[in-house]
Amino acid sequence: MAIFYILLLFILIAAVIAVETNDLLSSVICVGAIGFSGSLMFLFMQAPDIAITQIVVEVLGLIILIRATISRDLTFISGDREFFGVVVSVVILFAIFLAGQTVLRTLPDFGTPAFVAAAQNCDLPAPAAQTYIAEGMQKTGAANLVSAVILDFRAYDTLGEATVLFTSIIGATVILRKDSRRLGEEINE
Amino acid sequence: MEQKQRNSNVAQKEKISNGVKGMTIIVKTIGSWAKVLIFLFGIYIVLFGHLTPGGGFAGGVMIASAYVLLMLAFGGEFVKQNLSPSLALKLACAGTLAFAAIAVAGFFYGPDGFFWNFIGQEWLAGESSNLHFINAGIIMLAELAVGVIVAAAIFLVIFTFSTFKFDVSDNQKE
Amino acid sequence: MPYALCFLLFVIGLYCVLVKKNMVKIVIGILVMEYAVNLFLIMLGYRTGGAAPIIDKTCLEPGTGQITASFISTSVDPLPQALVLTAIVISLGSLALIISICVRTYEKYGTFDITKIRRLKG
Repeated sequence: MAIFYILLLFILIAAVIAVETNDLLSSVICVGAIGFSGSLMFLFMQAPDIAITQIVVEVLGLIILIRATISRDLTFISGDREFFGVVVSVVILFAIFLAGQTVLRTLPDFGTPAFVAAAQNCDLPAPAAQTYIAEGMQKTGAANLVSAVILDFRAYDTLGEATVLFTSIIGATVILRKDSRRLGEEINE
Repeated sequence: MEQKQRNSNVAQKEKISNGVKGMTIIVKTIGSWAKVLIFLFGIYIVLFGHLTPGGGFAGGVMIASAYVLLMLAFGGEFVKQNLSPSLALKLACAGTLAFAAIAVAGFFYGPDGFFWNFIGQEWLAGESSNLHFINAGIIMLAELAVGVIVAAAIFLVIFTFSTFKFDVSDNQKE
Repeated sequence: MPYALCFLLFVIGLYCVLVKKNMVKIVIGILVMEYAVNLFLIMLGYRTGGAAPIIDKTCLEPGTGQITASFISTSVDPLPQALVLTAIVISLGSLALIISICVRTYEKYGTFDITKIRRLKG
């Protein structure tokens, strides 16, 4: 359990640096540090699928961020908005944090799975996760239970995810097309 | 007057960088060997997604990373001449259609057969069987379709970002 | 206690979106919020001393081939992991879309500062 606190502290320090520093390259590097320690946390929380996906996706996200921002010759725009807006935002965020604390205290302790404990408290016959583990391999034939869940039991969500990914990539490609005509040319011609 | 202004505009556009520049010859040599290994590892992660951790999403992003290495090491000009984004677009569309076809093909097996696992599965019974490669029904086909979709989509995004020509001089008010 | 630290990470990302002026800083704030949400969902399914939800020969009973009861009671929850797996890949797609909009806006106005973009017209 101590490793979780160490990694969470590292993530929080990196997040504060990423938010507050004036140099864009340093904040992008700190975002990379957050992603890497997040992947380590997933590994220690016994989720190897998620750890592999997080580290690979975070590397590509860093490449996109650096390509879009660093290779321009920018003069640095830094600083916050006007002072009154900052004070009101901080007060409201503090109130949100305290409200979240009262909600998070009603969850079961860190260490018992929250969905399984909730189903057992409500006297349901079996939580869905227990059914998937007990009968997953028998019904689907796959040894990796996470793949069995996302591609057989909950395959509709994966269809939705493929559609969303496809649409957002098409949108990004269309926006950055280089031979798009400007409006002035079409009106003049 | 018009011709001179147009010439100066063209000269100013060429000074601005034409996509990503390439890197030194050491990076190019090692990159052209390493991309084969990355591609092979990505295919392994996609194919064995129902037995070991990984699956279609992580494997697809790894396959795209092989092309990302190629694009970053060799620069925007080489990539624009040799790699084709239209093929990647067609592969992404084909992958999405294949996934939807696998889903709809379950309708032949009954009225509530959306995403029905219609290929036969074997599971471990007794002591002497081992975990076969082809024993998971439609999971392997769906994993291949998801891998193709994710690889083609991520390749398309990085291709657009690395051959993007950035010109400010057109639209800004003087 | 780890839930509170994860929520603090989310609030830090929200502060970055509300307060900063640079467009790329706002995108970094959105990215930090997405990391916090994924971390929180995996934390909900963790069991202390648990095992990964992958079946091998040691989890099966030797005679009939059923899953042993000890594996069911000591494995972590596979359901939040399945949800987070697709969420991570979707965050990459939405990051590409947001950054392409930022790049186009920089081309049109010449600056990443959002207060100046409000004052320039067309």
